[in-house]
Amino acid sequence: MKTLLNLAAFAMIACATFAAPARAELTIRLTDGVIEPMPFAVPNFVDEGGAGDFAQSIARVVSANLVGTGLFREIGAEAHISRVSSFDAPIAFADWQAINAQALITGAVSASGGQITVKFRVFDVFSGAQLGDGLQFSAPAASWRRMAHKVSDAVYSRITGEGPYFDSRVVFVAESGPKNQRLKRLAVMDQDGANVQYLTDSTSIVLAPRFSPDGRRILFTSYVSGFPQIYLMDVATLQIRSLGAQEGTMTFAPRFSPDGNTVAFSLERGGNSDIYTLDLNSGQTRQLTNAPSIETAPSFSPDGRQIVFESDRTGSQQIYIMPATGGEGVRISGGQGRYGTPVWSPRGDMIAFTKQNQGRFHIGVMLTDGREERLLTSSFLDEGPTWAPNGRVLMFTRETAGAEGQSQLFAVDVAGLSLRPVPTEGPASDPSWSPLLP
Amino acid sequence: MNLSAKLLIVVAALGLAACKNPDRFGAGGGAMGAGGAMGGAGGFGDPSDPRSAAYFNQSVGDRVLFLVDQSTISDAGRSILLGQAAWLNANPSYGVIIEGHADEQGTREYNLSLGARRAAAVQNFLISQGVAPNRLRTVSYGKERPLEVCSNEACYAQNRRAVTVLQLGGGV
Repeated sequence: MKTLLNLAAFAMIACATFAAPARAELTIRLTDGVIEPMPFAVPNFVDEGGAGDFAQSIARVVSANLVGTGLFREIGAEAHISRVSSFDAPIAFADWQAINAQALITGAVSASGGQITVKFRVFDVFSGAQLGDGLQFSAPAASWRRMAHKVSDAVYSRITGEGPYFDSRVVFVAESGPKNQRLKRLAVMDQDGANVQYLTDSTSIVLAPRFSPDGRRILFTSYVSGFPQIYLMDVATLQIRSLGAQEGTMTFAPRFSPDGNTVAFSLERGGNSDIYTLDLNSGQTRQLTNAPSIETAPSFSPDGRQIVFESDRTGSQQIYIMPATGGEGVRISGGQGRYGTPVWSPRGDMIAFTKQNQGRFHIGVMLTDGREERLLTSSFLDEGPTWAPNGRVLMFTRETAGAEGQSQLFAVDVAGLSLRPVPTEGPASDPSWSPLLP
Repeated sequence: MNLSAKLLIVVAALGLAACKNPDRFGAGGGAMGAGGAMGGAGGFGDPSDPRSAAYFNQSVGDRVLFLVDQSTISDAGRSILLGQAAWLNANPSYGVIIEGHADEQGTREYNLSLGARRAAAVQNFLISQGVAPNRLRTVSYGKERPLEVCSNEACYAQNRRAVTVLQLGGGV
């Protein structure tokens, strides 16, 4: 857990050091239409002393992040005409125009005493303008990937106008073993699959971990007592505490409120599941739904005032929104099929969900009033979307069919772009995205 | 006592220890209801002894199956559960954990709820037939522990189940 502690202690020093001379025109507007990826170049960063492999590694992580969005296409080094051998040397824009790179990212790395310093600039190749100010970061060398993610976030945000999300983590369930005897353990990794750390062993089934809004705690469901119950883990110390198991009941599907003080969850008694909240400070629980149907998968709105959840009160799974204090709820899903696992976008504008229809599973999004439903994926089994901190990307579980079927994490842009697997060491399920790291 | 008899006792003791914890999966064992310590191959006790757990599992029937997304006890299930209730009433030293399971065609949370509904349906039926409520507990495994691993209805039908798992010691 040393790396986690390092991350907690990680202090990123950033300062705008290289003022941009002019406002550039280079932008990608994210619409629902098909987007031609923007060609860009990111030559390996300049070694300004002791940088070693970091000069190359950081540039490669930046490239992988940008390309992974589906919005960018890298023009590789083999096509480059110019070399960037000095960070402050004038850019030969004609050479980059000639290979049709629209954006150029230049950077430099130096290292000493276990610290590395990264600086970078973004240019609009065709206008020759610098896009935003240059930035400089310093951090312990062990956090070099975070520095690459910070650079990626800055480039992504400047060109798309969207919020950053690369400097974030994902908690998930790492799986192994055959389908009828699956072993599951909690793990956390960077959003791109790097720096995996295991948080539990696999002696008990664990399900559906959820990050707290500050990224320091994780809610999850475990069979450690022999019965499914919800638990709270402190990420830095790995200490786990039970959130009040009652004999004869099952608790599951926990999720934090936006202020991190309340947990919404499902409690099953006598075969009936309803939604409750637990105040983590006072220990008070409150029953929000009271129906003989299945009510589960609660998720708060970003302002904490409402909860979206699923219920089969009409006979099939559908999505409802109710006040965070409880109540009947208003149904928002209206299409064919069954709708479950709703999650409210961190922007507040959309609900992501799992849809089952005609033997297929889909990840989709709809507005909070149920209009403009769009299905982003289709497979034998897709489920459990989680939002990136900027509300632009969803990660979810995809499981393949059959005796050898396995789970894998996938990500997709909310416009349906760039469906891609997220690399993990083995099979994985139930991702939950952290907030942007501090 | 010869060596093989001693081994049998050890094996039986291990089986009992496993039974105390309904999460019997972590160390690599199968689900109890899927042919674990007290049921299936190897069994627990002599299947020809009508008071044995092996007899319960094999002759009375330890499981009932459900239709897609349903938790209603079928006629076939009702007949098995009547046999279970009679056996449990005649063998009061056993407690029971009822496992509810779902097939993989559903989301994780929903299937936990659905498995709980199935387990509760069996629990309620057994209570209605005079089995003391304090002998019965339920646990839902949702879609976490399929019995059959193929992805078609032949397997799904076997996975939509509630399994009555015996425990020695009447109070669970």
